[in-house]
Amino acid sequence: MAQMNMKEAIRDAMRVELKRDPNVILFGEDVGKVGGVFRATEGLQGEFGETRVFDTPLAESAIGGLAVGLGTQGFRPIAEIQFVGFIYEALDQMFVQAARMRFRSGGRYHAPIVFRTPFGGGVKAAELHTDSLEGLAIQTPGIKVVIPSNPYDAKGLMISAIRDNDPVFFMEHLNLYHAFRDEVPEGEYTVPIGKAKVVREGKDITILTYGLMVHTSLKAAEELEKNGISAEVIDLRTLLPLDIDTIVASIQKTNRAIVVQEAQKTSGAAAEIIAQINEKAILHLEAPVLRCAGPDTVYPFAQIEDAWLPSIARIVKTANQVLQF
Amino acid sequence: MSKVSTEAPVAKIGAQSHEVRSENVTPLQVLSPEGEVVNPERMPKLSDDQLKEIMYRMVFTRTWDDRAVNLGRQGRLGFYAPVSGQEATMVGSEYALTKEDFICPGYRDMPQLVWHGLPLYQAFLYSRGHQHGGQIPEGVNVLMPQIIIGAQILHATGIAMGFKLKGEKRVAITYTGDGGSSEGDFYEGMNFAGSFNLPVVYFVQNNGYAITTPFAKQTAAQSIAHKALAAGIRGLQIDGMDVLAVISAVQEAAEIGRNGGGATLIEALTYRFRPHSMADDASKYRTKEEEQEWSLKDPLVRFGKFLEKKGLWTEEDTARVKEEAKNAVNEHIKKAEQTEKMTVAGLIDSMFETTPAHLEEQKADFQ
Repeated sequence: MAQMNMKEAIRDAMRVELKRDPNVILFGEDVGKVGGVFRATEGLQGEFGETRVFDTPLAESAIGGLAVGLGTQGFRPIAEIQFVGFIYEALDQMFVQAARMRFRSGGRYHAPIVFRTPFGGGVKAAELHTDSLEGLAIQTPGIKVVIPSNPYDAKGLMISAIRDNDPVFFMEHLNLYHAFRDEVPEGEYTVPIGKAKVVREGKDITILTYGLMVHTSLKAAEELEKNGISAEVIDLRTLLPLDIDTIVASIQKTNRAIVVQEAQKTSGAAAEIIAQINEKAILHLEAPVLRCAGPDTVYPFAQIEDAWLPSIARIVKTANQVLQF
Repeated sequence: MSKVSTEAPVAKIGAQSHEVRSENVTPLQVLSPEGEVVNPERMPKLSDDQLKEIMYRMVFTRTWDDRAVNLGRQGRLGFYAPVSGQEATMVGSEYALTKEDFICPGYRDMPQLVWHGLPLYQAFLYSRGHQHGGQIPEGVNVLMPQIIIGAQILHATGIAMGFKLKGEKRVAITYTGDGGSSEGDFYEGMNFAGSFNLPVVYFVQNNGYAITTPFAKQTAAQSIAHKALAAGIRGLQIDGMDVLAVISAVQEAAEIGRNGGGATLIEALTYRFRPHSMADDASKYRTKEEEQEWSLKDPLVRFGKFLEKKGLWTEEDTARVKEEAKNAVNEHIKKAEQTEKMTVAGLIDSMFETTPAHLEEQKADFQ
């Protein structure tokens, strides 16, 4: 076992798979020589050579299209989109061409691609570096959406994503890259896509969340504990497919829930999760499921981002609204 | 197209001090409109049987197009983009490839797919909106027709990179039109191919109109071929009504690609005799005079004259091939019509390798 932060764990996952499968290749802007703007791929070009790990010209649509083309020829591309806002330039290739390849060809071709991108607020980054665009992806048929919250899961989920024969949008929260270290096993292991994890057990209310907000929610749960409220926190880990069974099992126990997301409130992951709860567990609910989310504005400039993002206090407040319904 | 180039018509750039300037380009021609060989150096090495086969395919394709338009009117085909006028570019460019080479088509490029090995009934199924239309048989090296103008350009670039990485002597070819040459993906693809030195042929069928928008409004560039210069790849302009010029240019580009010489952009000047699609009315944006002028350049007429002079083709041959094509179309449209309908459940199961639980649940609503 080694101590790794989330960035190192993701890098280790890519290294393990590059080593195991000669069809795995990794490319994007600046990922080669220096290992990416966050050094998430540092050392991989040196270890595997320029034909396996390489820089591309600066064009996100072409990065996506290259991955789709290579995917039809037996390769398993890991395509890095340097920052989340740049996926807009690649949306056709990611959300149309890759996501529809299996359907359009009736299974003759598929797109075994991981689209990696850093995202997430709280690091005072430039505009369009931090948006939470997972909601766009979960509305897109044919692509899976994975958002890890810790080094162990990040490595296991990344290995699963690389081995998956369908495209995976793998979103890496910027504020988790260096946040803390975990025991991470060396070599290969997988964390299954589509399985949530109960990260804190409780009996009064369920907090459903993912990414950095898992940690903010855990802190909120500690606050709630001080007032005698026992909150269960579920790290969804995958938004599509969503592990609704784990969610329902928790709600059957707590009868109350909130969803916490950094993304804007309207539509998106939280709205979908609540819709599925209504379909599966309405009779177990003592109160409506509420959302703690960013307001429906563009992601703010750095100066007010801490105020904009869900905070411990706002999560506690939202939980109390549900508890006092 | 009166001036005839005897050299490979590669677009050139010339610098005058600090100002970059490009020179004009004249399209490559092998046959004159009268079917005379005007450029023997560029005459592809083809046997008499091969020459006849090319004519066979062009006549077949024209007849298939005629029939498809009627089938569309009868409601037996769905979306269909007519091809008449573009047989030289479509048949010729495919003929210049080997079966191992890979085709990434736009939506009008059904003939290339069929001549590369896609069964005709599957082309009809695609038009009828049936998923089996895109289920390319194993060993047929093509992607499904692309609807997003330009997306296929990037796929071909990626596929070409795959060939290069695997050390395979194969080339990818992708098709778009004059409209497609304005897409960002067109520039991105060529730039990547230049940067990575990839074996890919970007084939632009410049038929003068992007649906209704004329080429004059598409770009201020001297030609589409010139756009290769910015990407650092070869750029050619050819007479797209001359099937031998098409074969010559594509054979050369493919050979260069397979031998590590990188990518080529080919702009073929052509014309679609019919409207953009069955829902389009070309008389709203093209003149009768212009259509008349281009009909004189008919690729079938030109190549037919050449073959007749060589004693390789007669009107009876044309009649025979037409009959054969009609029968084939009848047989394949019937097969398409008799193919079992798609189901929503089948659609759901084609989204992922393993259908996730939420989709399994939704499937139950349709069974």
